[in-house]
Amino acid sequence: MFEFKKSLATVLAVASLGGLLGATAAEAQTLKVVMHSDVKILDPIWTTAYIQRNHGYMVWDTLFAVDEKFDVKPQMVDKYEVSSDSLTWTFTLRDGLEWHDGKPVTSEDCIASIKRWAARDSMGQKLMGSVAGLEAVDAKTFKIKMKEPYGLVLQSLGKPSSNVPFMMPKKTAETDPMQQIKLEDVIGSGPFIFKADEWKPGEKIVYVKNPKYKPRSEPANGLSGGKVVKLDRVEWIAMPDVQTQVAAIQNGEIDMIESPGHDLLPLLAKDKNIKLVNYNPTGSQYTFRFNSTAKPFDNAKVRHAVFVAFAQEDFLKATIGDPQWYKVCKAPFVCGTPLATDAGMADVLNGNAAKAKQLLTEAGYDGTPIVLMQSTDLQVLTNLAPVAKAQMERAGFKVDMVSMDWQTLVARRVKKDPPNAGGWHAFLTSWVAADILNPVMAGFFNASCDKAMFGWPCDETIEKFRDQFAKETDPAKQKVIVENLQKYWVDHPTHINVGQWYAPIARRANIDGNLTAPVPVFWNVTKK
Amino acid sequence: MIDFIVRRLIAIIPVLTVVAILVFLMLRLTPGDPAAVIAGDNATSDQIADIRTKLGLNEPIWTQFVIWIGDMLQGNFGESFFFKKTVAELIAQRIEPTLALAVCTLIFAVGISVPIGVLAAYRQGSLLDRVVMGFSVVGFSVPGFVIGYCLIYVFAIELGWLPVQGYIRIGVNFWGFLERMVLPSLTLSVGFIALISRITRASVLEVLNEDYIRTARAKGLSNRVVLMRHALRNAAVPILTVIGLGIAILIGGAVVTESVFGLPGLGRLTVEAVLSRDFPTIQAVILMFSVVYVVVNLLIDISYTLFDPRIRY
Repeated sequence: MFEFKKSLATVLAVASLGGLLGATAAEAQTLKVVMHSDVKILDPIWTTAYIQRNHGYMVWDTLFAVDEKFDVKPQMVDKYEVSSDSLTWTFTLRDGLEWHDGKPVTSEDCIASIKRWAARDSMGQKLMGSVAGLEAVDAKTFKIKMKEPYGLVLQSLGKPSSNVPFMMPKKTAETDPMQQIKLEDVIGSGPFIFKADEWKPGEKIVYVKNPKYKPRSEPANGLSGGKVVKLDRVEWIAMPDVQTQVAAIQNGEIDMIESPGHDLLPLLAKDKNIKLVNYNPTGSQYTFRFNSTAKPFDNAKVRHAVFVAFAQEDFLKATIGDPQWYKVCKAPFVCGTPLATDAGMADVLNGNAAKAKQLLTEAGYDGTPIVLMQSTDLQVLTNLAPVAKAQMERAGFKVDMVSMDWQTLVARRVKKDPPNAGGWHAFLTSWVAADILNPVMAGFFNASCDKAMFGWPCDETIEKFRDQFAKETDPAKQKVIVENLQKYWVDHPTHINVGQWYAPIARRANIDGNLTAPVPVFWNVTKK
Repeated sequence: MIDFIVRRLIAIIPVLTVVAILVFLMLRLTPGDPAAVIAGDNATSDQIADIRTKLGLNEPIWTQFVIWIGDMLQGNFGESFFFKKTVAELIAQRIEPTLALAVCTLIFAVGISVPIGVLAAYRQGSLLDRVVMGFSVVGFSVPGFVIGYCLIYVFAIELGWLPVQGYIRIGVNFWGFLERMVLPSLTLSVGFIALISRITRASVLEVLNEDYIRTARAKGLSNRVVLMRHALRNAAVPILTVIGLGIAILIGGAVVTESVFGLPGLGRLTVEAVLSRDFPTIQAVILMFSVVYVVVNLLIDISYTLFDPRIRY
């Protein structure tokens, strides 16, 4: 037996040595990362999923980008000017911008890219509603002519999260917006080059440094500034099992985990070789969404009663647990961002069941059971619905919580059937802060009836505020509009924000340089 | 014999037809919408509806079925809803890790379970017998992912002998391949070893009481020869049957094992396809697993003739 053990140890040791020899020294500057999902789709305009957005930031570049404070800064654009009547915007591209195949980036490419993005993105659609035309002046200069002054031109072109207006070659950007771009068209002008020959869905996606990329001269700041790549190669490894992810980073087989589960953070925090870094200090926001077309939520007073009944901390404790990784924040446009305000929020989100009960009585709630959908397979969402159920029941609602996997919920939430016949009344989800920075960007504020997102709120006043906001060019006046909108919205809610939370990355101690940004990016990252 | 093989091969057709119909209908009846998954969380209802139309999901269910069957008969498994790749390409890309896992598991399982099953039978009632039977109960009862995590903790984290996860193709780096196969194969083979060793023990015990074993011993043959040539060969048919049936355990186990050890095989492809409702991929993979199951069992049936000359087809 002893001999057998000795032999086994020898064989395994030799096997390990062989493996080490097989892994060449050239891998020293390769960063191996487990992202929150595998990359199955390569077109960041075709889908709004975050993994495709992150993939987009590797390959493509943007005309504008936000810094740490969400101020919009030029990125591919060298200079821009706006006419005195605010109707003509002229943009000039930086010198030396090149696609990965060596061709120059032109204004025609940018115009085609803006059009394709705007066909898919709600903020882009809103922008194009005020655009009279796009026109190339020369190879590096183009103009956007507006029908009327519009306050969100730069915010739209510098939109940090899904869908991001990535610039693509004209040939690629002319792809039908309802179709995916082709594999051979994954060519950008960004800091990394996608290795099509090494892409193995379900295994890994590989990016290498773009040697011809010319970063801006300013230091990197958020998603703006110089995108200086300090790695030769980045591999996103597909590893669905969170426990295996933790074992792999502890063993040094991977360098970083984008979003380790909150229950595993204490385990990672104990390991001196691993650091937890909150790269996104604005984090994400939990949201309770109403189906405003289904009784009793077609009555604004009933929706307001839910707002009064809820208390954020219970949701956050039940899902995140450690106060280090959550924040009670009443501001619907997220604490720590330019439009954050508590205006109108004093009487809601205090867990006032008695007041909520009184409101329900006044609203004539007839005891209709609320069909509350619960997602059971996404750890960061699972415990939200039971808390909502408990708080609503305390306020006098009858709640029928229906459990299902996330994909079933996603399919059911687009159905307008009656709640007791395959439809729904409410569900909970989470938004990345970068998606909800203002009332035009935040999809759940869209109250344009059938054109709104699932839940289909129909409220002319909210739509008027959103239009005013979009057309206002003075930031101070925009903030006043947001405050007024918020005061109205509290009484006529389309959704409820139930707390802000953070998901740190876990990285080996020899990794550094992750930028503070709303999206995980890999320029500036170093591996010692 | 050839008649038998042809008849069995023809019998695959109705089996696969039933599997195809069931898989197709079950998928369509399962809640979930691939278009909503593709569109992402920020998509509007109109965007989702557009994608449904592009994917042909708005067609009546029977139209979708006829199109799919028509394509299948022409050898076209369709294109994945998510990857810009055909399902055949996806399967080709993912088959090597699963095949490697299956072969290594079979080698581990048969190499360990048959000898210990024979020894347990030979030393019936001894400590060894009780240990083997105790192990088979535990091995069969403990879920694969628990065994996997335990092996990772001991051999990868504590001892540092083997990597936690990943796969290296055999042609790229043989040692890298081997060291990444040890833990997944061991994990998957535990249940298999438990099953085969029990059946081996029972079959050999039965044979050891036969007259011809007594005769063999009376002839003065050594225990090793009696066991290996006379007892084991005659006990082989039920053992082979269990190995054939165990292929289903192997396929089911691969789904879990590949997820735990990060192997990019067909098991994980199946899980990913199910979670994202990638209908063409799920349909093709399940059909392929059905073919494998039927063909392996046909091969097992044929192999009976090698061990038992009384069996003739």
